[in-house]
Amino acid sequence: MAMTEQEVFEKVKETLVEALGVDEDEVEMDKTLTGDLGAESIDFLDIVFRLERAFDIKIPPGDLFPDNVLNNPEFVADGKLTQAGLERLKESLPHVDFSQFETDPDVNKLPELFKVSTIVRYIMNKVNG
Amino acid sequence: MRWIWIDRFVEFKPGVSATAVKNVSLAEEHLHDHWEDFPLMPVSLMIEGMAQTAGILVGQARDFKEKVILAKITVAEIAEPVLPGDQLHYHAELKTISDKAASTHGTVLKNGQPIGTIDLMFSHIDQNLAGVKFPEENFVFTGQFLRLLAGFVDLPTDTASRCEGAEAGRQ
Repeated sequence: MAMTEQEVFEKVKETLVEALGVDEDEVEMDKTLTGDLGAESIDFLDIVFRLERAFDIKIPPGDLFPDNVLNNPEFVADGKLTQAGLERLKESLPHVDFSQFETDPDVNKLPELFKVSTIVRYIMNKVNG
Repeated sequence: MRWIWIDRFVEFKPGVSATAVKNVSLAEEHLHDHWEDFPLMPVSLMIEGMAQTAGILVGQARDFKEKVILAKITVAEIAEPVLPGDQLHYHAELKTISDKAASTHGTVLKNGQPIGTIDLMFSHIDQNLAGVKFPEENFVFTGQFLRLLAGFVDLPTDTASRCEGAEAGRQ
């Protein structure tokens, strides 16, 4: 049976509360995972593990969060994503909104793209097809 | 020297769970200062004991090919003081493992009674820090650690010979 956005959000919220040790009322759709909720790199793996269990799904590496893009010199130059890097990210992460990031693709700003809503959108696509 | 905070394994189910014992003794010098009037096993060292129990479980699941490093203490709750003379059991279950990382759920028991939970995450560092070079040899799982497993699982051949003494001693 299809899940509503609210149902997905509630489960994602529970996951983030457990993985990041934040309070329930801190988790809102437009909050960024790193800036607002304090996630660090290992937390992204923890979140993926917990989402897989909570929704009984498989999340391949690089499917929800970027993987091996930032370490590839073809995709990053002078601290910014190249056009090829940007295209690769947009192709591999269709649930992420890159419109604002495209104007200044500074890799340091990349984590700000990942919000609670990013996860909810990804899970919605995954469980509802 | 490695500072090993488990005495021996009492159960080891590859890829599933492991239980190790730690006997707390007043002969351990750190207890004399923690604290002089009330010697108490530090919770930080219980976390280390669980990390060693769970870390070896994670390492064995990939045949000790990965360098397994503690990356995150997700939960650490201990409800009772642990004193000299107490026996601890660290029971670790492997919840998830991938190419990059693993998560474990752990229960701490004092004299057979559950007193707390320690959940951990481990990183396979060669898979996570691209561009950062680590020594070729697996500096995490040295002979001292692996000897604890003698008699429970088949060890990599280069370590097995060094462990024979430990296995014979247990029988």
